[in-house]
Amino acid sequence: MIGLTHYLIVSAILFSIGLVGVLRRRNLLMLFFATEVMLNAVNIAFAAISHYYNDLTGQMFAFFVIAIAASEVAVGLGILIVLYKKNGSIDLDDLVSMKG
Amino acid sequence: MENLIYIALFAPLVSSLFAGVFAMSPRATFVGVISSILLLVSFFASAQLAYFVYSTNAVIHTTMMPWIMAGDFFVEFGFVVDHISVTMMTVVTLVSTVVHIYSIGYMDHDKSFNRFFSYLSAFVFSMMVLVMSDNFLGLFIGWEGVGVCSWLLIGFWYHKPDVSRDENPSISPSWAANEAFIMNRVADLGMLIGIFILYWSVGSLKYDVVFATLPHLSETVLTTAALALFIGAMGKSAQFPLHTWLTDAMEGPTPVSALIHAATMVTAGVFLVIRANPLFAMTPEVSFFIAGLGTFVAFFAASMALVNRDLKRIIAFSTLSQLGYMFAAAGLGAYWIALFHLAAHAFFKALLFLGAGNVMHAMHDELDIFKMGGLKKYMRWTYIYMGVASLALAGIPVFAGFFSKDAIIETAFNEEAYVLWGMLVVTAGMTAFYSFRQVFLTFAGVPRYDTHHLHPHDMYRYVLIAMSPLALLAVFAGFFKEEFEAFVTHLLPSYHMSEHTHHLVGLLTVIVLGFAIGGIYLAYKKYYNGLKRDEKCENSFIYKLLVNQYYIPHFYEEFIAKPYTMISQKLWQEVDMKIVDAIVDAIAYFFYNSGDVTRRMQTGNLSHYLNWMAAGTAVLLLAAVLFA
Repeated sequence: MIGLTHYLIVSAILFSIGLVGVLRRRNLLMLFFATEVMLNAVNIAFAAISHYYNDLTGQMFAFFVIAIAASEVAVGLGILIVLYKKNGSIDLDDLVSMKG
Repeated sequence: MENLIYIALFAPLVSSLFAGVFAMSPRATFVGVISSILLLVSFFASAQLAYFVYSTNAVIHTTMMPWIMAGDFFVEFGFVVDHISVTMMTVVTLVSTVVHIYSIGYMDHDKSFNRFFSYLSAFVFSMMVLVMSDNFLGLFIGWEGVGVCSWLLIGFWYHKPDVSRDENPSISPSWAANEAFIMNRVADLGMLIGIFILYWSVGSLKYDVVFATLPHLSETVLTTAALALFIGAMGKSAQFPLHTWLTDAMEGPTPVSALIHAATMVTAGVFLVIRANPLFAMTPEVSFFIAGLGTFVAFFAASMALVNRDLKRIIAFSTLSQLGYMFAAAGLGAYWIALFHLAAHAFFKALLFLGAGNVMHAMHDELDIFKMGGLKKYMRWTYIYMGVASLALAGIPVFAGFFSKDAIIETAFNEEAYVLWGMLVVTAGMTAFYSFRQVFLTFAGVPRYDTHHLHPHDMYRYVLIAMSPLALLAVFAGFFKEEFEAFVTHLLPSYHMSEHTHHLVGLLTVIVLGFAIGGIYLAYKKYYNGLKRDEKCENSFIYKLLVNQYYIPHFYEEFIAKPYTMISQKLWQEVDMKIVDAIVDAIAYFFYNSGDVTRRMQTGNLSHYLNWMAAGTAVLLLAAVLFA
């Protein structure tokens, strides 16, 4: 039987994959993908826990996360395209203009 | 009646603020005139209150507003107008009014004319708070207020540079002002401790409550409180060993010396002892100490006045000496006699000082009486005024000082304190001598100043007229002795001479008078026909000792001021710089350096930031897990 624990483990694994992606990747587009993976890991956890407690709030929250992630990606990709047009690169190591 | 109280109290404040508005503008006579009028209003209000208290024997209490409320601690801005405070109010406002009018003439050429009136009126306001307050804390506020105003006024000519002590014993106005302020601060600590002790053991600071509770307190508490309060009084009234500031305070303008350092502020100490008479009456040891110290100071100050050459310093020493008389009376339990001498002294001493101001004005600020002489031709009125004041000071019959000083000396005899009595009698002779030495050296004989350059003339007429009330009181105040006694002994304990003293009164008076007239005669013989300097006497040890004020200022300089400076230097260099400052600097450097190191985190690379962020989150999570 697949229980809450399994879902949470999947969610944790996915989140870790996303986190490693965020930390290791240098390509801005890959960074976006990694963030999406993390967000969806959280969504899985939401949905699973919501089902476990018989409370719809969690699932509703997951919908909100999806909606906001979609708009964030829309805006983010827009910025990304502008950046690419300006610098000819979306590699983070090339975008070092705010050195302290 | 309440309105009168507030008018008497706040008219000087209004005057001060009004003059303060014009402090920065050029000299304007109307400022002085309006200040004087406001002071006159305050005097009339006080006089009316005095009449009210006299005719109805009522004591007026009024509370302006609550002041401090902190837990159990509760103090109000309360005022009391009773026989003691109304006497003080009338004396203070009368002398202040005269001095204000006098200052219009005296400060005529000073560019800080307006500022002067602002300070002077502020002083009167503080003095009124001091005498009218119905609790010790209000008294203390007034006490500090007069201290500040005294500081401002002694240092009024703060731009004068410091000179060596040989050239001018008070070094400079600002030095003298600081000396006065710091010495008073030392004494005020004593006073504060006294107030704390009273509050601690009584739980209130109101006079009525405190005095009513006194019989329930232990003897140790009473003695400590009385002694601590008296230390405060010693500072303000310049009693030994805190006396050196008073003569140095003569650096201030002469009206200031007349008002603050002769008539009013310096008598605040005596006022405190009189006000707290139930406390001092219960502590005979402290009272006897007060009497002994007072007598000693009377003698000690008079001895220094014998040889001094500075017109104002002689009067300052005589003030010191007369304050000693007042303390002697208060210490012996004759509170009303002390208050009577306080009032009489205020009149004739203010007159004497204002006269000295006229002489200074004529002599272009020359103060050395050895360089004067023969002024009576040019300054007839000033001569008369100063003569009258000196007769009063010497205690010649008819004049005010006779009645009050004689009563003090009689009191000493009556208390069988024969040593004190003897010293006070001798002091009376010395007082007569130095007063007339000064008068004769200034006014009689031939001119010793440069007659080609100096053409002395008397003060403006209105100034001389303004001085006349003081002269009248210096002559006639003594006749009201019985009325005064009847008036103030409603509140103060009455004091009667024993049968034995009563029989000897004639003889005692004759002895005192003998000394006084002897002193005047000696001064007449020696100085009336001009100054003959006696080299042998001037080089003698005693003369030098007296001229140098028993070397006490030198002693203070060498054994207190210099070691203190040295210790301060050491503490500054060793403790402050090397420990306190070093710690503060270390903290600052730590943050600066840590910022410099962590600045390298800011590479501009988003990826690095994200790593740091993840690391931070991890640390926080770890902390949450560990400590939750």
